[in-house]
Amino acid sequence: MGEFGIGQPVRRKEDVRLLTGGGEFTDDINLEAQVYAAFVRSPHANAKISAIDTLAARSMDGVIAVYTGQDLVDAGVGLLINDANYTNRNGKPMHKPTRQVMPVAQTRFVGEVLAMVVAETPAQARDAAEAVEIDYDVLPAIASTAHALDEGAPLVWPEHGENLVVHWEYGDKDDVEAKLAAAHTRVRVDLVNNRLIVSPMEPRSASAEYDAASGSLTVYTPSQGGRRLQMMLARGLLKMAPEKVRIISRDTGGGFGIRSKMYPETVMVAFAARALGRPVKWRGDRSETFVSDYHGRDQINVAEMGLDASGRASVLKVETLLNVGAYLSENGVRLPMEGGGRIIPCMYDIPDFYFSVKPMFTNTICTDTYRGAGRPEANFIMERLMDAGAKALGMSREDIRRRNFITEAQMPYKTHLGFTLDSGDFDGTMQMALDAADWTGFEARRAESASRGKLRGVGLATFIEGAGSRPVEGMRMRFEENGDVTLFAGTYSHGQGHETVYAQLVNEFLGVDFDKVHLIDGDTATSPETSNGTFGSRSSMVGGMGVKRASEAVIAKGRKIAAHLLQTEAERVVFENGVFRAQSSSVTLAEVATASRDASKMPEGMALGLDESVVFENDVENFPNGAHVCELEIDPETGILEILNYVAVDDCGVILNPFIVHGQVYGGVMQGVGQALTENVVYDASGQLLSASYMDYGMPRAAHMPMMEALFNVVPAKTNELGVKGAGEAGACGAPPAILSAVGDALSHIGVSHIDMPLTPEKVWRAIQEASAVKAA
Amino acid sequence: MHNFNYHRAADVADASGKLTSLEDPKILAGGMTLLPTLKNRLAAPSDLIDLAAIADLKGVSVEGDEVVVRAMTPHAVVAASAEVQKALPALAQLAGNIGDPAVRHRGTIGGSVANSDPAADYPAGCVGLDATIVTNKRKIAADDFFLGLFETALEEGEVITSVRFKIPTRAHYMKFRHPASGYAVVGVMVAQYGSKARVAVTGAGPCVFRLSEMEAALEKSFAPSSIANIKVSAEQLMGDIHCSAEYRAHLITVYARRAVEAMV
Amino acid sequence: MDIEVKMTVNGKAVSGKVEARTLLVQFIREHLRMTGTHVGCDTTQCGCCVVHVDGVAMKSCTMLAVQAEGKAITTIEGLAGPDGELHPMQQAFRDHHGLQCGFCTPGMVMMGVDIANRLPGADEKTVRHQLEGNICRCTGYQGIVEAIMDASAVMNAARS
Repeated sequence: MGEFGIGQPVRRKEDVRLLTGGGEFTDDINLEAQVYAAFVRSPHANAKISAIDTLAARSMDGVIAVYTGQDLVDAGVGLLINDANYTNRNGKPMHKPTRQVMPVAQTRFVGEVLAMVVAETPAQARDAAEAVEIDYDVLPAIASTAHALDEGAPLVWPEHGENLVVHWEYGDKDDVEAKLAAAHTRVRVDLVNNRLIVSPMEPRSASAEYDAASGSLTVYTPSQGGRRLQMMLARGLLKMAPEKVRIISRDTGGGFGIRSKMYPETVMVAFAARALGRPVKWRGDRSETFVSDYHGRDQINVAEMGLDASGRASVLKVETLLNVGAYLSENGVRLPMEGGGRIIPCMYDIPDFYFSVKPMFTNTICTDTYRGAGRPEANFIMERLMDAGAKALGMSREDIRRRNFITEAQMPYKTHLGFTLDSGDFDGTMQMALDAADWTGFEARRAESASRGKLRGVGLATFIEGAGSRPVEGMRMRFEENGDVTLFAGTYSHGQGHETVYAQLVNEFLGVDFDKVHLIDGDTATSPETSNGTFGSRSSMVGGMGVKRASEAVIAKGRKIAAHLLQTEAERVVFENGVFRAQSSSVTLAEVATASRDASKMPEGMALGLDESVVFENDVENFPNGAHVCELEIDPETGILEILNYVAVDDCGVILNPFIVHGQVYGGVMQGVGQALTENVVYDASGQLLSASYMDYGMPRAAHMPMMEALFNVVPAKTNELGVKGAGEAGACGAPPAILSAVGDALSHIGVSHIDMPLTPEKVWRAIQEASAVKAA
Repeated sequence: MHNFNYHRAADVADASGKLTSLEDPKILAGGMTLLPTLKNRLAAPSDLIDLAAIADLKGVSVEGDEVVVRAMTPHAVVAASAEVQKALPALAQLAGNIGDPAVRHRGTIGGSVANSDPAADYPAGCVGLDATIVTNKRKIAADDFFLGLFETALEEGEVITSVRFKIPTRAHYMKFRHPASGYAVVGVMVAQYGSKARVAVTGAGPCVFRLSEMEAALEKSFAPSSIANIKVSAEQLMGDIHCSAEYRAHLITVYARRAVEAMV
Repeated sequence: MDIEVKMTVNGKAVSGKVEARTLLVQFIREHLRMTGTHVGCDTTQCGCCVVHVDGVAMKSCTMLAVQAEGKAITTIEGLAGPDGELHPMQQAFRDHHGLQCGFCTPGMVMMGVDIANRLPGADEKTVRHQLEGNICRCTGYQGIVEAIMDASAVMNAARS
């Protein structure tokens, strides 16, 4: 409906505030009489803590308190928990070590919080933190994903006897091996899915204040929705009634998965505020976030696929090593199975599948969800296999995909691990991308590049996602006296533009002016009881459907009130464009809302007010998918790679706001470009983080990409009435395999068969050198 | 960062006096390297002596066969100077590719040169363009100035006041940017002075160095082919998580040749 | 030992007592309580803290407050017109979806204005390279680059 309804490129409501310095990020909030926290972090990857001497620190200027792990034990503070539950095939349960907020006896990764100083100024807190003396008994450490399961590797949890968390398996290994052996063609890929620093631009921070009179605690922190944090902090950690703990996130500077987690620093700030009776504030330095924010990815995958002569794949084996870090974070260990595994074999119909996952402990900060959370890894495996299959059979990369796509006729299609795909035009989406990128005209461009001494390649990747996990979410709608409508959501916008999109939906469903719709989120005091937050590309579906359900309830009630006002039957009343009509007479929604406050104007027995509180509940996710084509050029002399053209075609179902969805695609692609080209976490053998700042960790910059083209192939989802599919993580799924495919295309004819991410110039150069040396020999 | 005493030097003599009389002082020029170092608590000087208020330490000029850049001139000013662009475009280009625009607005030539950061661009400019580093006490040939990793010929109380670049027949600077920091992984300044040639490399070693073999080859024939096959030993070069010493050695040859290609 | 500093911020004379080690961004955020200028790193890489000092873009996290003595500072709060009318750069960021979470945005906008001032009519490649010192994790930069090019044209037209 109109210029503000569904599908319109509406400019964002959020922007004016954020563009004029009016954002309210956690560090922007200052509480009366606040004091400041600084943390003492472990310099060792593995060490027994023999003594912590806080005496000198306590006597320094401005110092109010110093806390160590023992203080938390004494105060009865709970543990950081993980509720995953996997078992080995022999029935042995996974190893679940306990995690103290600040460990007392041993530290297991560089950057782990071991003590906290609270002082009158940030500088005093920092100065005193330097004066806390800790005696360590340094132990050998292991950081390497490739070697953590080696015989004799240092053990992160010696009492467990190995670094393996669990060996989780799906399918019949012997049967799959036999089928692979019998296949006409068998291809194998060995892939490193590089570890990443998630790096939302707002460094992590937290402030807390405690009101002793009411016994209530308020915590300000960036998040992806506060309800889960509230429950964890109240019930598990600080042993308070949940209603006495309030989590507020006004603006949050990016999330990407890691902001939905509970971190020790947040617990400590809350703990200290309660203990001291003064507001406590902490803003992390970027260097702190590098070592203490959860990292992303970090898998090694070996995958094999068996195909017949026509390129039809029938059997698949995937073996995954996952580095979970020193402890089990909330979701890290689940990602290969519940994140990626449920979608494998992605867009392809492959009947036989064996899947082995070995998560392992190392002396590093935990890994956890990062944009895509297991699906980029899964799609990367499948796309590299398809390229390998095409090469082995001498087929084109598009043909082999076409031959194996799950077709619309096969849907609903159940994946091995339990997703049911409802919709998707995989072939059509791929064709759109090929056409937009002038795939067939590529050879002429390759020749032109060759004439300048450059190696040009074009790459293709298709992908599918599972979006909208935990599809249960509340939504409240309140009618204000001035006719405005306020939504209270448990989803939480931290860049996604919910304030805008939800207002579009209210405008669409209820005809309320776009400007008169407001969103309040990021506050557990007002958000619906049933609330999970924003992650996994879920808010378009669960939040959008929440708005729809609330609107429907409003219309249903409003129709009865309108009928009463118009002196007719409710069945005769139709609602359209914000107006209830019965034949020639009508009443507006605003008038109905006003009347609803006046008992004399209401039908007998009907509760006053038009406000609604609903819970949208779904039993399935949705399945965004797409096809990306990347064209690039390599300077063989230096290995420098330049992306020349990038086309992304996404099926995000019905598009609520193309302006915003494009932004999600661009951003996701750039994160994928980062993973493919520049980003890489490097630990040395002793567990020290070498890529510990933006000086050493290559963030993607504006110059890494040209203008990309993003198109939509709209295939409405059948899993929700809006027809939406989550858009947030698609780009990060498509870009790495598309870029690898292009590099493979550029280099395969000179003999390069394999190269791992990130494709740094040196790596590309070396691959070319080695291939040339082989050729020459 | 740790606290310190702050001094705004009135003139060079004042700065020099404070440098010798205070406990553990440091000169503050643009602060682009010093302040991040202090913020990360990797150094804790007792005093910072700010040169920003000294007016005659700013500006560029062409004097005879030299381009003179005063010590507190920001990189952006050098890059944007019409005079420099005309007389010594390679220098303007070098300055215009240091760091990022905001860094170029504050970072100064004096600070860069005095620090002898192995990955800084200016040292290659100084050595490659046969510069003279002028201090409050003496003139030092660039060849004699950069001694090692963060080590220069500057003595106690010595303050750089300007850098005088000798205008070459032609020159060109090529840089491979570090993918994260933007510093030079390899930066090569190639300059021709009549029958003489200079090739100075930054980023790759502990400090800027010259490649005499390439210089000799270019003096015989100033052509890309003269140096295209001159290999550089990786032995003395640095490696990090992004670029190994071997790769840097390779890049030096490629970038030197490309610099010559850009000129002929 | 505290030092008295005086400067103008968004046209207003301000002063304060600071430690020598106080950064300009700390002075702006913590003393003046103007929180639009952000801190996103500690190595002078991210550009979230970019302000204008005497009309040119600088990173306020890598400058001492005492170094700003007597200078004219413009922050993101000082860019819009007195009646709240957005600066062409702010408007262009809105029109091109040049921001998502909004954290890098103030620095991006201030850098954008600086680029438009220095390099009117800069092409796409130039703008991308000029953003070397500003990191955005959300937008993929596409909307930012479009916005800077667009606003640059508007600002250019207004000048002539």
